[in-house]
Amino acid sequence: MFKTIVRRVLIMLPQIFFVSILIFMLAQLMPGDPFYGNLNPNSDVATIERMRHAAGLDLPWYEQYVRWVVNVFHGDFGTSYTVNKGVAVSEIIGQRIWPTVSMGIIATILTYFFAMSQALISARNENKRIDKFLVVWNTLTSAVPSFVFYFVMMVLFVYVIPIFPSSGTGIDETQGFFTNFFGNLYHAFLPALTIALFSTNSVFQYLRSNLLDQQAQDYVRTARAKGVQIKDVFRKHILRNAFLPIASGIGYSITGVLGGAMFAETVFGYPGLGALFVQALSGRDYTIITALMLLQGILSLFGGLLSDIISAWVDPRIRVK
Amino acid sequence: MAEKLLEANDVSVDFRINNEYLKAISGINLTINRGKVLALVGESGSGKSTFATSIMGLHNPEYTKVSGSIKVAGKELVGLSEKEFDDYRGVSVGMIFQDPLSSLNPLMKIGDQIAEAITVHDKNNPEVKNRVRTLLNDVGIDEEKRVADQYPHQLSGGMRQRVMIAIALANEPDLIIADEPTTALDAIIQAQILELIKDIQKKKDAGVLLITHNLDVVSELADDVAVMYAGQIVEKGSVEQIFENPKHPYTRSLLKADPNNVRPGEELYSIPGTVPSLAEMDFNKDSFLQRVPWLDEKVVNADVPEQMEEVEPGHFVRGTAWKDFSFDDVNRNED
Repeated sequence: MFKTIVRRVLIMLPQIFFVSILIFMLAQLMPGDPFYGNLNPNSDVATIERMRHAAGLDLPWYEQYVRWVVNVFHGDFGTSYTVNKGVAVSEIIGQRIWPTVSMGIIATILTYFFAMSQALISARNENKRIDKFLVVWNTLTSAVPSFVFYFVMMVLFVYVIPIFPSSGTGIDETQGFFTNFFGNLYHAFLPALTIALFSTNSVFQYLRSNLLDQQAQDYVRTARAKGVQIKDVFRKHILRNAFLPIASGIGYSITGVLGGAMFAETVFGYPGLGALFVQALSGRDYTIITALMLLQGILSLFGGLLSDIISAWVDPRIRVK
Repeated sequence: MAEKLLEANDVSVDFRINNEYLKAISGINLTINRGKVLALVGESGSGKSTFATSIMGLHNPEYTKVSGSIKVAGKELVGLSEKEFDDYRGVSVGMIFQDPLSSLNPLMKIGDQIAEAITVHDKNNPEVKNRVRTLLNDVGIDEEKRVADQYPHQLSGGMRQRVMIAIALANEPDLIIADEPTTALDAIIQAQILELIKDIQKKKDAGVLLITHNLDVVSELADDVAVMYAGQIVEKGSVEQIFENPKHPYTRSLLKADPNNVRPGEELYSIPGTVPSLAEMDFNKDSFLQRVPWLDEKVVNADVPEQMEEVEPGHFVRGTAWKDFSFDDVNRNED
């Protein structure tokens, strides 16, 4: 298993290289540059050219790319143009990454907890009232646009029943670890819960139909013939088999929380990487955009690896020696 | 008087389909004594597995109604609650299934799957590990330690079926149900598995209900034979009686359609038509006669008496059509 992981990581290196070129070129393709719309309307063309030259934006893309890669290897992603002018990108991301990670972890745990418990209840009570209710509820949440759902939750739990804060991450550099931990938990919970409620539906529907499929398998009959009670058959045999196809998606969903949090972070005023990305996009902040996209690209590759590891852990048939 | 391990009296099973109960099997009377093998033969769809499933209590009670009386080792099964069934399954009766790959949980080690059969009835049995090894030895697996640690996909088909047999034997049941135990295996492995079942049955002096459509398997293992068609038993008797003196048209057709009974160059007989579906079944008539086009209509449509006729001691036949039935008529009609 260890060898496989090392091999997979080595294969990832050229992949990361291609991803970086792709990301850099995409950023170049965006119309305009960071100085557009941020300049004094009275500045003359020469001033703009001087600024572009100072930033290296007048060079051909491949030279810009090489400069960028060399800097990235030194941990230097450049400085922000518009979002937080003059501050190093690595510093901005460093500040923003933990709130997103913590929210992502809570959201993923809640998602799978909701999906698994609902799917089990549904499958155990197929076609009964509770099953029909859960199916309808999950169809409903998948039919509502996510941001609408986010606003409803925001209004409900911040204004109508004010039990959660309306913005912020609850992280304060001057405070100790525990204050920050619980402060962040308090601030991250509502957006995480909302994301979880919303993204439960796809896992739920998938898991429910898998559970029903697995229930009809021969090995279930064998277990019943041994005298195992139906609820134990679900717990020991069916659930794990039904979970197999989903396990391969968990890795992606863990690393995918960064991208998926854009709407939620913006709506809930939770300044993490998702919100940063939205700001950077509208401000054409190249350095931040490329850095975030590179991060996302690398994370996706690791997500794939993580998924493979999880699948192999759950399913002995795909374990590689 | 031999000990009766299975006594089925007037067993019927009805399935609920679109809020309507349809009878799948009707009026089954069968007995298996200790140390005996009863083979239940018939085409797919004749109700063999439906009957076996009702002995295991594995029908979904919401969609199925089992009536009559099924006694295993003297214990009445019809009307048991789910809880009572859970305690009974795997203890008094063990079952071997057709496809050993799909019948084993792909994600669980062999040893754990066998151990589960023991611990589910005896939670804190300290001897489980040893018992699993002994069981694996009993079914002819020598490298029991290694196999116990493997997963089903790492074993061959024959090994997997041996494991299934070990699971069925885990609690030393008096009655073993083998539902097409060799159908999914190749010929050489089939012979080995049959040998194994025979050995175990002899050693444990157990009763076996063998479900099969393979007449070779029947002659190899069985003491008694019951032939089933369209949810009813049409003929039963000892192996010798059935094979050497078959009476019912269906039994005779089955034997005639057996490749072993055909001389080289001769065309193999095939029974025309198929088993009727549940909705078409008429339990007062002999449904099989519909598939004998050369028989007289009066014979085909005649009502069949409820009691089977005893043509010789221990040899029972359903209906009277056998008296009018002959294969020679086919040729006469065609000429």
